[in-house]
Amino acid sequence: MLSFFSKPLIRGGVHAEDHKSLTAELPIVSNFPLPKNLYIPLQQHVGKPAEPVIKVGERVLKGQLLAYSQGMISAPVHAPSSGIIQDVNDYPAPHPSALPIRTIVLETDGLDQWIETQTIEDPFQLTPEDISLRVGAAGIVGLGGATFPTAVKLNMGRENQIETLIINGSECEPYLSCDDRLMQERAMQIIDGVRLMLHGMTNSPEGHLTGKSGIKTGNAVVAIEDNKPLAYKAMQSAAVLYPQIKIIQIPTRYPMGWDRQLIRYVTGKEVPVGCRSSEIGVTIHNVGTAYAVHKAIRHGQPLLNRVVTIAGGAVERPMNVEVPFGTLISELFEFCGVRNDQIARIIMGGPMMGDSLPHTGLPTVKATSGILALTHNELKNAAEQPCIRCASCITVCPAGLRPLDMANNIRINQLDVAVDLGLKDCISCGCCSYICPSNIPLVQYFKYASGEVMARQQAEHKSEQTKRLIDARNARMDRIARQQQDEEQARLAAKAERERLKAEQEALL
Amino acid sequence: MITHFKPSSGAHVGANASVTHIMWQVMLAMMPATAFGLWCFGWPALNLFVITVLSAVIFEAFCLRLAGKIAKPVIMDGSAVLTGWLVAMTLPPWAPWWIGVVGSGIAIVLGKQVYGGLGQNLFNPAMLARIALLISFPIEMTTWANVSPLFFSQSPSLAESWHITFSGLENIDAHTGATTLGFIKTEFSQNHLLTDILKDYSAFLNFIGWSRGSLGETSALLLGLGGVWLIRQKVIQWYIPASLLLTVALLASIFHLIDSQHYVSPLLHLSSGAIMCVAFFVATDYVTSPNTPTGQLVFGTGCGLLIFVIRTWGAYPEGAGFAVLLMNSATPLIDHYIHPRIYGRDRKGKPLEIPKS
Repeated sequence: MLSFFSKPLIRGGVHAEDHKSLTAELPIVSNFPLPKNLYIPLQQHVGKPAEPVIKVGERVLKGQLLAYSQGMISAPVHAPSSGIIQDVNDYPAPHPSALPIRTIVLETDGLDQWIETQTIEDPFQLTPEDISLRVGAAGIVGLGGATFPTAVKLNMGRENQIETLIINGSECEPYLSCDDRLMQERAMQIIDGVRLMLHGMTNSPEGHLTGKSGIKTGNAVVAIEDNKPLAYKAMQSAAVLYPQIKIIQIPTRYPMGWDRQLIRYVTGKEVPVGCRSSEIGVTIHNVGTAYAVHKAIRHGQPLLNRVVTIAGGAVERPMNVEVPFGTLISELFEFCGVRNDQIARIIMGGPMMGDSLPHTGLPTVKATSGILALTHNELKNAAEQPCIRCASCITVCPAGLRPLDMANNIRINQLDVAVDLGLKDCISCGCCSYICPSNIPLVQYFKYASGEVMARQQAEHKSEQTKRLIDARNARMDRIARQQQDEEQARLAAKAERERLKAEQEALL
Repeated sequence: MITHFKPSSGAHVGANASVTHIMWQVMLAMMPATAFGLWCFGWPALNLFVITVLSAVIFEAFCLRLAGKIAKPVIMDGSAVLTGWLVAMTLPPWAPWWIGVVGSGIAIVLGKQVYGGLGQNLFNPAMLARIALLISFPIEMTTWANVSPLFFSQSPSLAESWHITFSGLENIDAHTGATTLGFIKTEFSQNHLLTDILKDYSAFLNFIGWSRGSLGETSALLLGLGGVWLIRQKVIQWYIPASLLLTVALLASIFHLIDSQHYVSPLLHLSSGAIMCVAFFVATDYVTSPNTPTGQLVFGTGCGLLIFVIRTWGAYPEGAGFAVLLMNSATPLIDHYIHPRIYGRDRKGKPLEIPKS
């Protein structure tokens, strides 16, 4: 009865048909043939793009640094294999627009020759600062899709009072099973990564002495949706020696993997708008990130590849496959036997939040958790009908928004009202579009409106800037005119003076 | 390399729901009560039902053509059929044909299309039609046929039914009477007590629908079952029906306990008049009811309160239509003030404060 009155821990969400079993039951395929050319974008993360350090024509080894991180929030990029640098230029990005971004093209030599790596016997002897330095140098970013540089998060963990480290193993998107398989097959390594992350966030003794902050990170919670019992069992047996790491099952409900939903479910705390989760004592990382941390610290291997789910009705052999970054989607599709004539839409990521891609000539990047080739029957593409105000979008919205009101205002171009209604709090999870009986592409509306609001603000900013420049110019012109006038008057006065003196002299003579 | 244009974001897959599916589920839920009503009141009721639904579809098509739209796909969403159906359910079963046509015309043209079509109207079209008809044609709208089921000897035959529907009823007094609520209202005005008034009243017959009343509104039992099925199908939510019925039941119980001779019992309230139909099929209309659970509870409670007040102290024996229309007009206001809290913000929309530990 008490629980009836307490705040609900899960808000909104939908039960989407998960389509996971086809790939979740097969082992990760790791013999993907090395592509001839790799197209490695310099921006595969949130923040500033990396800056290349190699020259065209140079030979690089696997794991060699290709581009270093610039600025506070950025991540370096490494060579996924050995070979010759062919080009550093603009190539289409894996984005709905496929607009070109700076990309390094690497022609592989098939040797897959590693650069010398440093294996560390006991990484717990390293200082926490050293851990995050190494994580940053390995180019590790959040592999759940947000691609926020992991080292920055670890640093924030040390600077704030973190009570819980949450490892997100929910994988709530339909079709995707890369995290599931990773947990089933490499649970020990993930748990090791979690321990290293905990170590990386503990304050070193010096920090305690200076009294800068008293970090007490010591507990980690790995949250796994209850539709992955095998992953749960594997992780539990891997974590049995480490009482500080708790493995829990969470209800299967999209979007449980939304970090803020998961934080509320696990800790009961809500992250205020405009704050980072570390400010309320929680840090959240993906299981894939933990695995990457393990590889980087234990074996000195930078982030070069990841497990990608290839699935969808048009795929003959759906699978989870470990692919080097820069592999073109077309090569992946060929490997998995995708029937090109049946593809109705190509999606990067899951079907709820993922973006559709215009073609397959795009590379896989750090954010690529899955590539789906969906057939016409799998898609929701019936004609749009008028909104009947059924309010199911309000019921399913995990952020507590009113999608129908926002969409109505966007339709009549009242974007300010949409912003007041909470447009900026939309997480584009896709629940509203999923549930809408009238097939209204609500998320599309919101993304359009957000972009438009931003563009308007920029235009406003620009016109203000122009106005300021014009004002400054007018003031300058006025000043110059006044100066000239003054000079003219001074000149006239001087001339009059001269004439007077001359007249006086003449008079004297 | 395969090229695919039309890039789009947001859920690429979807739930199995469509507007048409929802409309048909509602109609399916109304089917038992309607079928029972049609059987109870025979051929004239069937004539009126067919005329009302057909004219609703024709009015819809006409309006759409006038607006320069293609009518067929919009007709196929089923909303016009549903509106016509609801109008028919609320009419006296032996009403003349033009009542059905005018009712559908008001509902579709004035109640829905002038606002811009599906999803845009402020008032429930069927209730708007009912109230407009009741005020404009009080005689026709309060002539209640006796229960005279199909294929019974004293019931009108198909040929006689044409006569009733198209040229009016002869010998009215032999075939008509008052509804339970109407009878009680007139008797109260003559200062009779409830025990005398309800001498011949059978709560059971009233509950299953064997009584005079609107075409599809007599059977509280079948309407209730249909409504519960709709809730189980997740087409509607329980907030509005439950709060509406509970409010009426609660108020009726209080007054009935205080003075059982002048205030009708809650059971009679719930099993008579339009209340069941309104609670499950009209007040729950998506377009004209609030969006949030709390808002819906407020809306349902308001409807229940108004129904009880009008029935008990108003001039009309039944107030469900008025109650729904009045609350419809309050819906935008309810939605303005009652809305969900955004994650990470307080109720006023300010960011939450960071808890101090």
